[in-house]
Formats: sequence, structure tokens, C-alpha cells
Amino acid sequence: MADTPKPDQLYKNIDHTMPDEAWEEIPPDLSQGRFPYPTKPKNLEYLDMPTPTKEEWSPADEEWPIPDNWQEIIHEGFKDRLEKYRSLKIFMDVCVRCGACADKCHFFIGTGDPKNMPVLRAELLRSVYRKDFTTAGKILGKINGGRPLTKQVLKEWFSYFYQCTECRRCSVYCPYGIDTAEITMMGRELLSLLGLNINWILEPVANCFRTGNHLGIQPHALKEMIEFFCDDIEEITGVKIDPTFNRKGAEILFITPSGDYFADPGTYTMMGYLLLFEHLGLDYTLSTYASEGGNFGLFTSSEAMKRLNAKMFAEAKRLGVKWILGGECGHMWRVIHQYMDTMNGPPEFGETPKSPITGTVFDHAAGTKMVHITEFTADLLRHNKLKLDPSRNDNKVVTYHDSCNPSRAMGLFEEPRYILKNVCNHFYEMPENTIREQTFCCGSGSGLNTEEIMELRLLGGLPRANAVKFVHEKFGVNMLSCICAIDRAAFPPLMDYWVPGVDVTGIHELVGNALVMEGESERTMDLRFEPLKEETEVDADE
Amino acid sequence: MNVAYLYSLIAVVVLGLIAYAGVEAAGLDVLFGVVIPYLALIVFLIGFANKVLDWTKSAVPFKIPTTFGQQKSLDWIKHNRFDSPYTTGQVVIRMLLEILLLRSLFKNTRVGFGKGQRIAYKWVVWLWLFAILFHYSFFVVVLRHLRFFAEPVPFFVSFLEKIDGMFQILLPNLFLSGVLLLGGALLLLLRRVLLPKLVYISKPADYFPLFLIIGIAVTGLMMRYLDKVDVVRVKELAMGLATLQPGIPEGGISGLFYVHLFFVSILVAYIPFSKIMHMGGVFLSPTRNLANNTRAKRHVNPWNYPVKTHTYEEYEEDFRDKMKEAGIPVEKE
Repeated sequence: MADTPKPDQLYKNIDHTMPDEAWEEIPPDLSQGRFPYPTKPKNLEYLDMPTPTKEEWSPADEEWPIPDNWQEIIHEGFKDRLEKYRSLKIFMDVCVRCGACADKCHFFIGTGDPKNMPVLRAELLRSVYRKDFTTAGKILGKINGGRPLTKQVLKEWFSYFYQCTECRRCSVYCPYGIDTAEITMMGRELLSLLGLNINWILEPVANCFRTGNHLGIQPHALKEMIEFFCDDIEEITGVKIDPTFNRKGAEILFITPSGDYFADPGTYTMMGYLLLFEHLGLDYTLSTYASEGGNFGLFTSSEAMKRLNAKMFAEAKRLGVKWILGGECGHMWRVIHQYMDTMNGPPEFGETPKSPITGTVFDHAAGTKMVHITEFTADLLRHNKLKLDPSRNDNKVVTYHDSCNPSRAMGLFEEPRYILKNVCNHFYEMPENTIREQTFCCGSGSGLNTEEIMELRLLGGLPRANAVKFVHEKFGVNMLSCICAIDRAAFPPLMDYWVPGVDVTGIHELVGNALVMEGESERTMDLRFEPLKEETEVDADE
Repeated sequence: MNVAYLYSLIAVVVLGLIAYAGVEAAGLDVLFGVVIPYLALIVFLIGFANKVLDWTKSAVPFKIPTTFGQQKSLDWIKHNRFDSPYTTGQVVIRMLLEILLLRSLFKNTRVGFGKGQRIAYKWVVWLWLFAILFHYSFFVVVLRHLRFFAEPVPFFVSFLEKIDGMFQILLPNLFLSGVLLLGGALLLLLRRVLLPKLVYISKPADYFPLFLIIGIAVTGLMMRYLDKVDVVRVKELAMGLATLQPGIPEGGISGLFYVHLFFVSILVAYIPFSKIMHMGGVFLSPTRNLANNTRAKRHVNPWNYPVKTHTYEEYEEDFRDKMKEAGIPVEKE
């Protein structure tokens, strides 16, 4: 980040003037800092995926290590996917280029690069589709917007399909529901056929395949980490928690993204879960095998997604649990909600999830047998099953970021808000056009939260950060809450850069702070070991 | 600069001249009045059916609705039925609202950069408004033209004409829809010529149909209000076409009419190969026409295939010693 300009400068540099040259003529910018590093060959080999070369290479190189018949491979792959995905075929055919999506993409807003307009991101594929697969395109060629698949087009795909976070915001505004996430997913699958993937995605995929989680944490280390959090919890609350691992016969299997036990501030959210379960006396277990809620396979190919996701149902069956409870994570919930049962179901275990505390039956999860933790907790709160002291969060003025996938691929809007309003006293919404289904991505989703493209991430995250800045200045918001592990990793640097003075938290960290545990000692610190203050500077009326 | 619109404009003008000259100078009334309209209709029917069949042949492997509102979860949380439909009935309503009211377009906003790092999003209604004007007036105009293809004129066509002409101005009575169609098309064209982002993304395939429709509207209005056409003969020709007893009416019809008819023929034949297919595609869009109930009801992927996974047994094999040491239960001691 050393050569990243100051925020004022970066903001001023954003230019939405369209270039003079047609976009087809402009080569992609593949200079250092503009692309995520390609996958290390060992990861591809481990996953039995096409491995173009054993040498190190860079997208900045003129020649890329791709097989000689690469055009044929792409053509066949494209054809195959047109038959497998109606979404792709429809989205290739029906766009009228009305421009409604153009300024809805956070990457376009931040970079001003026309090829970050969703319509043009899709045209990258569409131009090749027209030339290769449509009658009009075969006859009319360029007039009809067709384009031969050249190496420059391939480089363009790599550049721009890794400048899309699959957040689906554009698909909200499209009159035909064209979803750029589908386009990007297909584009990445095609690139993957040539072995063109990025390491920030494939390394987690390979890790997850072997160890059960993206970060490659082995079972004993995982247990140590959780025990470490339990020590912290004991120090803060005086309550000793002793969670179980891989325990057969537990009622509930709890699965959360590995980000929650790996790095701050996700770890505090993990402590929140542990406190909540202890508070309830829940009969649950953690698994070291299914130790990942997230699924970077989603950012690779449907096959990679399925391979990783299979662990959840398999482990639930092996342990003989009744149902699965899932932690706070964005894309994890896209996979669970929209893909899991289709790919790896129907599940061969358990029963329709039922809260052992309130007796509520979660009918809407009858098929997958998996419930979102905010659904579970909101239900507890509704039934007054939690003893809370929300004033312990009074040192926090909170806003809520609707994470992309739970918003636009699930419709999870009220549950987290209900919890927030119960566990903290100072909560303010960001402006209307930046929340709920119109929420802005953190700029680092879909496997792009890698260091080498930090400037791009800061630009992509600008619309979200800017809305936070608004409530920071207006209401004194100092805490950005969210239900996504990638958010929790991506927001701290984004906030430090654009809105210093705003920290990032998961919802269940705030729950953990507010929970009054049986036999606890008087709390003087929150889960971050920061002192609790009685009053905030802001005179909130809530 | 994007000169795509010039090419498209020239193409449409040339097409118009061809029809005019073809009839007026070369006497090709039968070609432009019978052969081409029939050909166009055949191309349209086969092309349209083919395209839709081709779409339906592709699988829908996953249920991927884009949700705009609260999911159905806990009883006491208000479920947003039409923005996050749970049942087929709710999906149908969502689709109807989308198709009849262009609801997604209604959400449109424009981003603006203010001083002091202030980004704002303003609701903008123009695109929605132009689109509504354009589509509905087009629809009414098409329905009104049924008067030429049926005897007696269907009651709903006469009724529609009454409403359409309720202002009772000009003679013959001005139909609002024709003017609005021209206006709507011109406004949509203006966006594409004036807004820099729109200019940048537009292709000949965007301008061509617009110019064609503008051409259709202009020639239509001219025939009704300026260079009046003999509507009895037009009806005779149309009825002939509709009853499969085609013929050119005695005394002929003006060249202007054939330009109009040729434009319509081109448009109709062009539909299956163009973006106008959005009128069929919108019904099949998987982000709109599927229910948000995937956790309750399993969706089946017809091509779902087994994949290589890393089983628990393989995992334990890898880590058994470490697990045992850490006191984590194992299957095989």
C-alpha cells in the first residue's frame, strides 16, 4: 500500500469520462497491482485441475502459458455451459444495453473504467458468443457486435472477471434480471479450463479440500485456537466454556467460516457464538473436518464448489446430528441457500430444524436442515430467552452493512436488524440506496481480498465506505456491523483508509458483549478487552 | 465517437428508398405487398419458436432468484411475498409486476460525486418513463392495427380507438398512441445519442431497431394525417393476407404505404435475431422466475454428477495421530 495515493487524491482521480477509443480497442491494464497473482501449480495439481505450467508466470507477461488449442477448449467449454445454464444463454441474448446497470457496480463507481460497467463486463463474453454461436453474428460479424476470441480478449476476461465480486447488485436494476455474477462465474470457469485461476482463491480451495477449511488449519490447531478463545472468555466474563469437537450424537452441528477463528475481528464474533451457546446450554458440536462455512469453490467452478460443500452433509450424517447451524458468512450462505441441497442433497440425516430452546420449527429450512445463526438468535430474542444488558455496547454507535449474498441471494434483512436493536442502544442505518437489496459490496468479495490489488479494493469498496462515512459524520457511528467473514477481513483496511475511526464487528460479537451469563463476574471489558463505558459522546435518543 | 447510429440511420433510409422505388418505379407491388410480408412472418414464427425452444432446451441447474425483499423465515417477520417469492403464485405476481410495470427499471438511480467525498444516489425515473411510454404505445398501436385484419372490427379494437382518440383533436381524430410511440422512440434514441455512457455502450444493433421503429411510426403518422392513404384498399390488402387470398387492390396503394409495410416486415423478421427477443427472454430469466424457497424445497439439477471429494476417512487418515493427541474423537483407534 506504500504507493497508494492519499484518499483525497484517489477520490479526485476518479474519472467517469468515457474514453475516445471503443472499448474493444483498449487493452486491459495488466500492470503490477492491477491483477491478483495466478495460482501456484501445486494447488491446481492437488485438485486435479488443468495445470498449464509448472513455472512461475505473471499475467503481466506478454505470452501466457496456455495450451496451443486454447481457443478450441474455450469454445467447447462455452458450448457446454450454454447447454447447462439457461441463465447464461438468456443473459447472452436478451440484453438491450439500456444502461440501467452501468453505474450500479461498485467497481465502476470507484474506477470509472467503462469495462467495469456490468453491461460491458457481460459484453466481453457476449461479443465472443455472438461470433461463435449466433446466426446473425456469424453473418454480420463486427456490425452485430461479434468479436473473435483473441489472446487480448482472453486477457481482458482475466482482468475483468477478477474485477467483479459477484455481488449481484446490478441484477437488481436490470429489467431482465441479468446477473453479472452468473456471467463472471461462467467466465472464470472458462478461464479455469486453461488453468488460469488466481492463487488467493485456489489456495483456500486446496486447503479446504485437505484440511476442511480455507486457511489450512489442522484439527489439533483448530482445537487450540478455540480453547484460546475460551481462555479469553474466561478472563473477560469469568465463565469457563468447554466446547466439543467431532462429537457424535450432538443435537446440532455448528459450522462457521474459518475467518471467524483465524483473525480479528472475526474471532470476537466466534467468542460471541461460544457465549451464546453456553448461555443456552445448547447440545452442539464443532467439527474439524467440516470446519469451513465459506466456499471459495463458488468463485472457481460449480464442481469445485460441490467438492468442498459435500463435507457439510457428510459430517452431519457421520456425527448423527439433527440439524446444522451456520455462522455469519456471506457467500457461504449463497451456497447453502441456493446450491447445497441441489448439489449434495437430499441430506441423509436429521429432521426439520427445531430450536431446542423455543420449540420453533424452521420450516423454511426443512430441506437443507440448515439454519442461519441470525434466524436462530432472532427467534430466541423474540421469545425472551436471552438475558441481556445492551448497555455494555454503549461505547459503540453501530451501523449495519447488508452483506451482498445474504441480501440478494437469500433476503435476510430483518433478522440481523432485530438482533442489533436488542443488543445495542445506538443503531443507525446508512442511506437508503446503499442498504438492503441495494447494498454495496465491500469491494473484496468473491476471492478478491488479496493484498496485491489493494488499490483496486479500496476503489471498489469506496461506495460502501462512503456511506459509512456519511453516518460516521452524521451520527458518530464508530462500529460497522456485518454478517460476513470476508467483510470482517476486508472492512478494517477499507475503513482505516476512507473512514478512520470506524471498527468492524460481527453481529454475534455484540450479542456476546450483551449476554448476561450465569455466574459471570462483573464485566469491565468487552470481548476485545476494551473497557466498557457507560456513556457515549453521542446523545442518542433510542 | 460512436458512429454506429449513422450507419443504422443510413440503413433504414436506404431500406425505405428501396421499397418506395420498388413500388413506384419498378411496380413491384406484389413483392413488397405480399411476398415480403409473408416471408417476414414465416421467418419470425420459425425464428421466434426456435429461439425460445433453444432457451428451454438449456437446463436450469440451480435456483438463483435475486431477492429484493425479506425472505420467508420466522412467522413474526413480515415476508415480502413479491420481492422474495416463496410459492409459484408469488413468483407469477412478481413476474407480472416486472413485465407489466418494469419494476426493476423503476428502481433506477444515478450516481453523483459531490465535494468533500460525498457520493450520492439519486432516483431517476426517466428511463422507466420512456420505456413505459414506448412499450405501451407500441402495444396499443399494434392492437389498433387489428382493425385491418378482421371484419367486423373486434369490439375491443373499437373500444381502444375510442380511448386512444379521446382528445378529439385533428381530423382524422388524433390517436395518442401513435404520437407517443414516436415520442417514446425518439426519447430512447436521444438517450443513446446524448448520454456519454449510453453512446459508449451502444451498438448498431441498438440503433437499427430504434430507427426502424421511428420509421414505422413516421410513415404511419404521415399516412394518417398528411399524405392520406386509401384505407379501404389497405384493408383489402390486409384482409387478403390474413385470409391467405393475397392480392394487390385495384388502383394500387401509395408508395409511402409500402415503405411502412416494408419497415414492419424487416422489423418482424429481424426480431428473432435481435435484442428484441427480450420480450420472450424476460419470462425465462432465472433470477426472476424462480421461488426463493431453496432451503425448504429441493431443486433438482438434471446434470448433477458425482465429484471427487475428500472423505472423512481420508481426512482422518491424514491427521489421526494429531487428532488423538489433541483428544479429538476418531473412528479408527
